[in-house]
Amino acid sequence: MTVNTMETMMENVRPAKIIEIPEFAVVMLMGASGSGKSSFAKKHFRPTEILSSDYFRGLVSDDENNQLVSAAAFDALYYIANKRLDIGRLTVIDATNVQQEARAGILRLAREQNCHAIAIVLDTPPALCLERNAGRPDRDFGEHVVRRQSEQLRRSLRHLEKEGFRYVFVLRGAEETDSARIVRKPLWNNKREERGPFDIIGDVHGCFDELALLIAKLGYRIDPQSMAAAHPEGRKLIFLGDLCDRGPENIKVLQLVMRTVAAGGAHCVIGNHDFKLLKFLKGRQVTRTHGLDGTIAELEDATAEFRAEVGKFLESLISHYVFDDGKLVVAHAGIKEKFQGRGSGRVKEFCMYGETTGETDEYGLPVRLDWAGEYRGAALVVFGHTPNPEALRINRTICIDTGCVFGGKLTALRYPEKELVDVPAAREYYRPMKPLSPGTPENDDLLRIDDVLRQNYLSTRLKANIKVREENAMAALEVMSRFALDPHWLIYLPPTMSPSETSALEHYLEHPREAFAYYKTRGVGKVVCEQKHMGSRAVILLCRDVTVARERFKVQEEKRGVIHTRTGRAFFDDEAVEAHLLDRLDALLTASGFWNDFSTDWVCLDAEIMPWSAKARQLLETQYAPVGRAGRAALAEATNAIEAALAASAQSPAAAKTPAPPGQSGQDADLATLLAAFRARQETLSLYTDAYRRYCWEVRSPDDYRIAPFHVLASEGKVWHGENHMTHMETIARYMTGADPVFMATPCRIVETLDEDSIAAGVAWWEELTANGNEGMVVKPFDFIATKGGELLQPAIKCRGREYLRIIYGPEYTLENNLERLRKRGLAHKRRLALNEFALGMEALDRFVRKEPLHRVHECVFAILAMESEPVDPRL
Amino acid sequence: MFLSITYSGENTQDIGFLFRKNPARLQVFHLSYGKAHIFYPEVSARRTTLALLLEIDPVDLARGKAGAQGGLFDYVNDRPYVSSSFTSVAISRLFGSAMGGRSDTHQALADARLDLSARIAMLPCRGDTDMLGRVFGPLGYAVDFETFGADETFPDWGKNRYVNLSLTGRVRLQDLLHHLYVLIPVFDRQKHYWIGKEEVEKLLRHGKEWLHAHPEKEFITRRYLSKSRALANLALQRLRADDEVYEPGEALSEEDEDKKPGLQQQRLGSVLAAIRACQAASVIDFGCGEGRLLSLLMKEKQLRKIAAVDVAFSVLERARERIHYDRLTETQRRGIDIFQGSLTYRDKRFEGFDVACVVEVIEHLDLPRLAAFERVLFAHARPGHVILTTPNREYNEKYALEGLRHGDHRFEWTRREFRDWAERMTRQYPYSVRFSEIGDPDEKLGAPTQMAQFSRLPDMPPVSFAEAGTAAGESGAP
Repeated sequence: MTVNTMETMMENVRPAKIIEIPEFAVVMLMGASGSGKSSFAKKHFRPTEILSSDYFRGLVSDDENNQLVSAAAFDALYYIANKRLDIGRLTVIDATNVQQEARAGILRLAREQNCHAIAIVLDTPPALCLERNAGRPDRDFGEHVVRRQSEQLRRSLRHLEKEGFRYVFVLRGAEETDSARIVRKPLWNNKREERGPFDIIGDVHGCFDELALLIAKLGYRIDPQSMAAAHPEGRKLIFLGDLCDRGPENIKVLQLVMRTVAAGGAHCVIGNHDFKLLKFLKGRQVTRTHGLDGTIAELEDATAEFRAEVGKFLESLISHYVFDDGKLVVAHAGIKEKFQGRGSGRVKEFCMYGETTGETDEYGLPVRLDWAGEYRGAALVVFGHTPNPEALRINRTICIDTGCVFGGKLTALRYPEKELVDVPAAREYYRPMKPLSPGTPENDDLLRIDDVLRQNYLSTRLKANIKVREENAMAALEVMSRFALDPHWLIYLPPTMSPSETSALEHYLEHPREAFAYYKTRGVGKVVCEQKHMGSRAVILLCRDVTVARERFKVQEEKRGVIHTRTGRAFFDDEAVEAHLLDRLDALLTASGFWNDFSTDWVCLDAEIMPWSAKARQLLETQYAPVGRAGRAALAEATNAIEAALAASAQSPAAAKTPAPPGQSGQDADLATLLAAFRARQETLSLYTDAYRRYCWEVRSPDDYRIAPFHVLASEGKVWHGENHMTHMETIARYMTGADPVFMATPCRIVETLDEDSIAAGVAWWEELTANGNEGMVVKPFDFIATKGGELLQPAIKCRGREYLRIIYGPEYTLENNLERLRKRGLAHKRRLALNEFALGMEALDRFVRKEPLHRVHECVFAILAMESEPVDPRL
Repeated sequence: MFLSITYSGENTQDIGFLFRKNPARLQVFHLSYGKAHIFYPEVSARRTTLALLLEIDPVDLARGKAGAQGGLFDYVNDRPYVSSSFTSVAISRLFGSAMGGRSDTHQALADARLDLSARIAMLPCRGDTDMLGRVFGPLGYAVDFETFGADETFPDWGKNRYVNLSLTGRVRLQDLLHHLYVLIPVFDRQKHYWIGKEEVEKLLRHGKEWLHAHPEKEFITRRYLSKSRALANLALQRLRADDEVYEPGEALSEEDEDKKPGLQQQRLGSVLAAIRACQAASVIDFGCGEGRLLSLLMKEKQLRKIAAVDVAFSVLERARERIHYDRLTETQRRGIDIFQGSLTYRDKRFEGFDVACVVEVIEHLDLPRLAAFERVLFAHARPGHVILTTPNREYNEKYALEGLRHGDHRFEWTRREFRDWAERMTRQYPYSVRFSEIGDPDEKLGAPTQMAQFSRLPDMPPVSFAEAGTAAGESGAP
């Protein structure tokens, strides 16, 4: 009792050993069998962080001590370790690791994953290990095993750092092991907590005057004493490296950057020039080329103290930083996604030089691999290193080295505003080895198969984690590749639309009451009812001219826009018709002042194009019309025959006495009843024929089309999902219709879902529309995007008319026996699809308007197309 | 939906005994797909007409029977209204003994040739009206019909889609029923049930007495077993056994007619020869389709790696079948990769081949998509050689074609256009090009197919696209 208390007290007074490890690393535990590695791991790490070789032996063979399966167990262990490290998870490898070969595997893993390897060694006395093992019946191997392991461990200890472990911690004895504490430190490059605002400045190369002008323009003031810059609003500067060489005032630039960093007003990453200067300052051999000679000359005139300060400063610079929750990454020459937040020689090399093929071009410059073209990461990467006449955006990267020292300009990127601010060079300080020419971000717009063809989750602003199933993506790939327009044109595809719940009313399958109720019960007090046109859905993309199309949409065709179907195909087979209708729309928008009023030179519209027969001619000719024709003629034939039979039986009662032949299963039935039933059927066939004929007329010239736009989807700088549906309707009515009979407004009205009179008026309007042979109406929440408790609501619900539905459910669907059976239909799947597709469509537009790269827009559009191949009841 | 049979002569009401259906009553029979009503619109000593009226449930057709997993048909469907295989099934179910030619009470009537006529309402015939006479005429019928388009208000929509057909002849009732049983589906072409081997037996049974001598037996057989060519061939073989005079060969299916086997063979031969000349060890076939080239490539022992790519997933399945992929040993499979890919999306799996074949593919791409294809192929896949064929549009004159050769062709190039394009490729990418022709050339128009063989130039650094604008300012890697 007393002894225990004493020990506890002693422990309490003795300072515990603190083990400081990076938050992301491979941690190797090392120790003989029985040294207490597993208990230590359990105490300090999450169970999922620990990969124990014993556990994996158990996984593959049901026996944790089965040494015969070691190879397989480690195979599995490394497989999991790689998966964890791929996504940046700290991983602990719990095995004896006393042999160099075992450790080599761990070091290789860390190298491949560009993270540090940490060794924690449990140097437990062999006697204690043996004692512990004795208590475990499954560890029956001899004493010599433990002794040999301890021996190997001792011998390895002094090599560990040389082998490549970044940090080595040795815990001697049980006491030290038990009292140790582990502290996880963020990596140096991790500045996720810093969210800006920042002003990121490209390669300065000793151009002090331009730098001073630029930061003044950005609102910074330089303290004449310390030479540190500061911003009254607390903005911070970020320098992308290559501070010196080639330019006129290298020392002054170094001074300003060093002092500002020291004062906490700036961050700086290392550039290749800075690295070379550092080598020089450390006394190593360097060739004094590419402007280094000038910097050295300046430094030779400076004080030794200043040189030391520069050396210390350069030594402290790291390869890259991750800011703003991982949304912003800066590095001198850029950084690919899998290197972000990692630390290794390879990462540093990449950040300073970029990725090169090892070959040189005609100017003797290294041929660089196009990492930016390949870049698919979520973080914005801001970098410099390669001068271009203008800042160059490729995917989610931007190079802001605009060659100030070569007579270009010095550029800053304001973050999060993402605005560019620049100052022209006063002169060419250094002759470029090859002329500055505009960058060609070619790979930017070449789509990759991985952008679309993989089981994919897409996150949109309106809905997170939308899953695209692989088989749907495969179907979409074919359609997109073979039939769709150039993906540059496709910035949106329309979502599918759910009908209202099946009506409870007799004789009706759909009725507006259910649509109103949907929104009412979800807290939407006001809805907009729009007449539903029966034609074909179309997306119209119109630019003011071909130049706008080429520049904004990066298309190569000589076209000012497109009209495409819901699956991204050209709406019109004849390009001349498309061009003619686009010209007419442009004339309307020009005359009505749309372009000027909304300061845009392009617009994207959602529309319905009539007649239905123009697009659905084949379907009408081979399915809809023949059904009506066959039905009417056959039923006429049938009713005539029944009438004749009725007449015959009335006239010739003698026939009735003929005895029925024996052995037949035929039952007697009533001809009159049969006649009534077939006449009722005959009637539905002519109603059916009337129903589809209303949507058919010959198109002899483009004048015969009717185009009804119903959403203004997007224009420059604006996705119109912030505008309510009445605004859409009014804008369309005001700017696009009236002057040209082809373009028509859509009748609409507001219904208050809490007001019974308003609902009744809405229902009456629907009844009137459908009685006149119109398809029906679409009910939309007043706001374009409606949510309840964070959940997205249906953007629209259609209520189709009783007659129209004959085209969907067949001519005879209204017969009571049929209607009852049709009431069973499930909407859930359709509604989920509608929400997903809507969220993706809005996301695609958002991304396009934000000028995100093609693949980011395309992945959304492609996903919508993929969802359209999802099997869903086509009648909904 | 509606069929009537009229007997004219003496005591015609006796035909009720053959049908075993009482002329005095409306009778209803329950069949799997709905009801059959039988009644007599006309009963007299001189003329008696029996009507068969089918009431097919349209909702069941679309949804399947209660409990079943969905039906085979659309809700908007002509099946409930037309004469079809449903009619045939009803004939055999309801008039079994009449078809067998047996009657306990009126065997003489069953054996006699009678003046019969049949009216078949709304027989779908999709324009095949000239076949009506050629099929029914030889069987001894006078043929009369009224045609129906798809919609009388739109007269140019689907002309002659249906006929109300009247047949009049002096035949036994059993003959008429057999003829109708077989020939209604021959015109309708849309059987409501799965066509299996037993269909061959049915055809031979119902056609026993007349089919082998029918001048249109080939047409009838192929149509009756419409969806299955293998079954049709089986049936024809068995018909031939009873028939000495038979001319084989002529009737190719529409599918075969399109393919012009001669040219196809020559084209593949030229491609293979080019591959051999390149001394290639690896080949990727873009747009492999059903794997015609692939199956030839597999016989080339020098190839260690073969990939076949198509954008249509469904044809890849057929390509696998063609080469019996499932039966290949693991070693055989190792070098073969068949996968879905698109020529307008950059794809790592396309890289590292000695030869890429692009045989009759580019004309299926819309012209505006060609730019992406060029970059995917020449800048990224970067094969050692590209063997590319496409139709020579000039040659279409020989086919008396005004438009393009295939409905899915987006363009076809003249020889000049093809050369211009190919030469532009060699200016943009480090390749040289040679041209050749495939097929019998016409002096003026050239050959039907044109081929370009691109070869990557040696000793050129790989082209890097971000580099086009790279300027000075590099102090060099360490």
